[in-house]
Amino acid sequence: MTTTKDVPLRVENLEVHYHTRKGPVKAVDGVSFELQKGERLGLVGESGSGKSTIALSLMVAHKEPAKIEGGKIFLNGTDMLTLNDNEVRRKRLSEIAMVPQGALNSLNPVMRVKDQMIDGLKAHGVSKSQDEFADFIAELLTRVGLDVAVAEMYPHELSGGMKQRVTIALSISMNPSVIIADEPTSALDVVVQRQIVQTLREAQDRIGAATILIGHDMGLMAQFATRIGIMYAGRLVEIGPTKEIFNNPKHPYTQMLISSLPNTRGKRRLSGIPGITPSLLNPPPGCVFHTRCPQATERCMIEIPKLVAEENGHSWACHLYTEAKSEEEVTA
Amino acid sequence: MSTASPQIAPSDSITEDEQIGVFSAILVMIGRNKTLVAGFSLILLIGLFSLFGTLLIDPERTEVGAGKPAQSPSSEHLLGTDQQGRDVFADLAYGTPASLIIGLIAGVIGVGIGTALGFLAGYYRGYWDTFISLTTDVFLTIPALLVLVVIASMTTVLSIEAMGLLIGFFAWMGPARTIRSQVLSLRDRSYVDVAKFNGVRDIEIIWRELVPTLMPYIAASFVGTVAAAILASIGLSALGLGPQNEPSLGLTIYWSVTYGALIREMWWWFGPPIVVIVMLFIGLFLMTAGLDQVSNPRLRTSV
Amino acid sequence: MTIEFVLKRFGLFLLIIVVAGTINFLVPRLRDTNPIEQRLYEFAAQGGLNVAHMDEMVENYSKKFGLDQPLWKQYLSYWADLARLDFGKSIAFFPADVKAEILRALPWTVGLLTVATIMAFLVGSLFGAWLAWPRAPRVVKALVPILMTLTAIPYYLLGILMIFGFAIFWPILPAGGAVSYNITPAFNYEAIVDILRHAILPAFSLVLASIGFWGLGMRGMMITTMGEDYMKLAEYKGLSDKRIFLRYAVRNAMLPQITGLAIQMAFIVSGSVLVEVIFAYPGVGFLLFEAISANDFLLMQGILMFVIVAIGISLLVIDLLYPLIDPRIRYRKA
Repeated sequence: MTTTKDVPLRVENLEVHYHTRKGPVKAVDGVSFELQKGERLGLVGESGSGKSTIALSLMVAHKEPAKIEGGKIFLNGTDMLTLNDNEVRRKRLSEIAMVPQGALNSLNPVMRVKDQMIDGLKAHGVSKSQDEFADFIAELLTRVGLDVAVAEMYPHELSGGMKQRVTIALSISMNPSVIIADEPTSALDVVVQRQIVQTLREAQDRIGAATILIGHDMGLMAQFATRIGIMYAGRLVEIGPTKEIFNNPKHPYTQMLISSLPNTRGKRRLSGIPGITPSLLNPPPGCVFHTRCPQATERCMIEIPKLVAEENGHSWACHLYTEAKSEEEVTA
Repeated sequence: MSTASPQIAPSDSITEDEQIGVFSAILVMIGRNKTLVAGFSLILLIGLFSLFGTLLIDPERTEVGAGKPAQSPSSEHLLGTDQQGRDVFADLAYGTPASLIIGLIAGVIGVGIGTALGFLAGYYRGYWDTFISLTTDVFLTIPALLVLVVIASMTTVLSIEAMGLLIGFFAWMGPARTIRSQVLSLRDRSYVDVAKFNGVRDIEIIWRELVPTLMPYIAASFVGTVAAAILASIGLSALGLGPQNEPSLGLTIYWSVTYGALIREMWWWFGPPIVVIVMLFIGLFLMTAGLDQVSNPRLRTSV
Repeated sequence: MTIEFVLKRFGLFLLIIVVAGTINFLVPRLRDTNPIEQRLYEFAAQGGLNVAHMDEMVENYSKKFGLDQPLWKQYLSYWADLARLDFGKSIAFFPADVKAEILRALPWTVGLLTVATIMAFLVGSLFGAWLAWPRAPRVVKALVPILMTLTAIPYYLLGILMIFGFAIFWPILPAGGAVSYNITPAFNYEAIVDILRHAILPAFSLVLASIGFWGLGMRGMMITTMGEDYMKLAEYKGLSDKRIFLRYAVRNAMLPQITGLAIQMAFIVSGSVLVEVIFAYPGVGFLLFEAISANDFLLMQGILMFVIVAIGISLLVIDLLYPLIDPRIRYRKA
């Protein structure tokens, strides 16, 4: 039985629906996973797969019309969904922090960097003298590879990469147990992307925070993550150690994803994944991927496959592998 | 800055459709927004009142001595008479269109000049822009109303049309500024470049591509200018500086204040013009708000 | 803030002065009638003077006022006088100085205007900001239509309604003037209360008329600001609702509102003229009205010039100070 110290984050059957005029859109449809202390989980999926919704929900920061319809989110042992607004607010930044999308506008343009970093701390009751704060900020900035002088600057004086580093420094300022990085590099150029991911890795490593990196760039995932989870249409279809996912993908979707990556060794035609993502308003019955799966069977159209743990901490949700064990799997 | 009317796509060939483009843009815009429709209906109502008023009521009832003075409302004089015997209802019926006409004239002139200048400054930039912007800034500093007050006091006889012209002369600054900043942001869009590369003349680009897209802003400027013009004209008339020979809403107020309608509690005299004016401005305001919402979709929240 | 910007801005200011001054000079002279002649005939009618030597008198006085000179000469001496801050003598209030008359009326206007404008701006903006906050109580949000209605009503009409409501129908406040006739303005309790009582209605109509404008403008600004990305990060940092509202939303939205204040300036001044006339409040606006009634174009000129210069200076100050408070503007070219 793992203690909460080793598992800072545990998500059980999370259901998040967007209530539209046409009905509820199941953006997150029964997702469960665990984060071990200090590990780096990469959450991969195409747009609309639900990964960003999960990121917001973990902080209970989702907005109308999204509603959490079910499930539990255990942060350091406490279910976030049972807390009131104020309690949730207190856990943010101190226990779970967010590095938002690499938008150019994440920092308040009329406040100096240091003030923006300090006000988060103050809101959580951290009180230091002016000098103590200055030293603290300086140390944080150095850790993310920024010059100490940045503290006095305004956001528009910084480049996109520098601004992202500031948000990373912000996220580690209270030594949270969990950091969520939601596509932190999407607005940056390729060279800077690698640097940022590297910075993030070093920063979280230093404080031992479990991190979820959300994105769709497999290359960056390979660089950063120890474990990778594949999301499709609101469900987690496969999850496992990075090496396993890349070398031994089990779920057909993952397989097609990996094989679609361009390979510098040898010549090969680029392959994609045929079809389009299904409507989340009216998802197909059974396995949500069966409409595009080249290996779909009859069973796939009726029964939803469960995420089954196999060897090496590698789990997947696909009937192709569990056919033989189907009778044992059907438990109450 | 978001542009409105996504249904109006840039034309890729110069055809006869452009005229329809501009008009249908206006209609689509008006129908789409509740606030706008509400405001427009109010204005329409007032307009109809004026129209039927002038057609059905004998203009002689607005003359001094048309009836016995200081009568409260009766079946003969729906809104009573003022201190000089004028039928208040008739006065209102003939005074309202006067204010509307002034507003329209000033609005057309103001928006006409303003839009033209705005386009010149925004599209051609350079010396045009510097000169026009400078002029606009200078004139914005000058309190138009004060100058109008001074000028109005100079002239002995002022007709409705003349007043409209005069106010319009000071009304172009707002539209010029708004249109200029909009054009500045639009002119760098790719479809303008494409048109240029295809050898389309500047004036055609302006008329066929930019004007339809900017319709909401032009319309909003128009309504705003009309409102400001009517405001100014009523203000001037209320001070006794407007046209004295023809009835107007402001003039009615002037007479009522001069003859102490307030103290005599002749509510039927100063009340109705105020009600009409308030309705007029609320209508114009709703239209402006509605047009604002059309141009900036984010404002389409509650009200 | 570059020297270039400051110089350019100051240059604009000077240009405004020149253009305004010229218009100011020309407009009163558009009329053919000689104000001296008119005034003297007025005197004559009042006192039953002998009209025999009227022409000579007119000529003499015209010379004194410099009205017999050719236009271009008058223009030059006009500027020379202005440079010396000599606005000449008022025709209507002769032998009083135009400058003296303006200075006499000024404190009333400044007092009324500043208080009313600042109040309307602050109250309106804060209220407008609150309206935009999604967590504002629904009751408050229902006030938006009322606010809209208030904006729609012209301020002088509000003034008339105020007088009717609070001075005649329910006479608790004076209907006009700045002080009761039996009290001299001084710094004693009685006088101050009296002054305040007289100022309430005019100030109130000015405030009510403009509050809607600031409120709705701020609301619009807030909505734009709240859609910005940095608002989200503020939430993720775990800041309290109140702090996010005040420090992130209101503070950022307020700054462009100040620009609105600058743009509204000319309008506000014009508005106060009408309010003063309605309430017979002896400020600069009322003075202008008296000048017009007496066809005293020297006084008119003086007032107009004065007002334009005042507005010009305020705009200059705002333009120069604004970059200091909004870092976003600081590094961008003017």
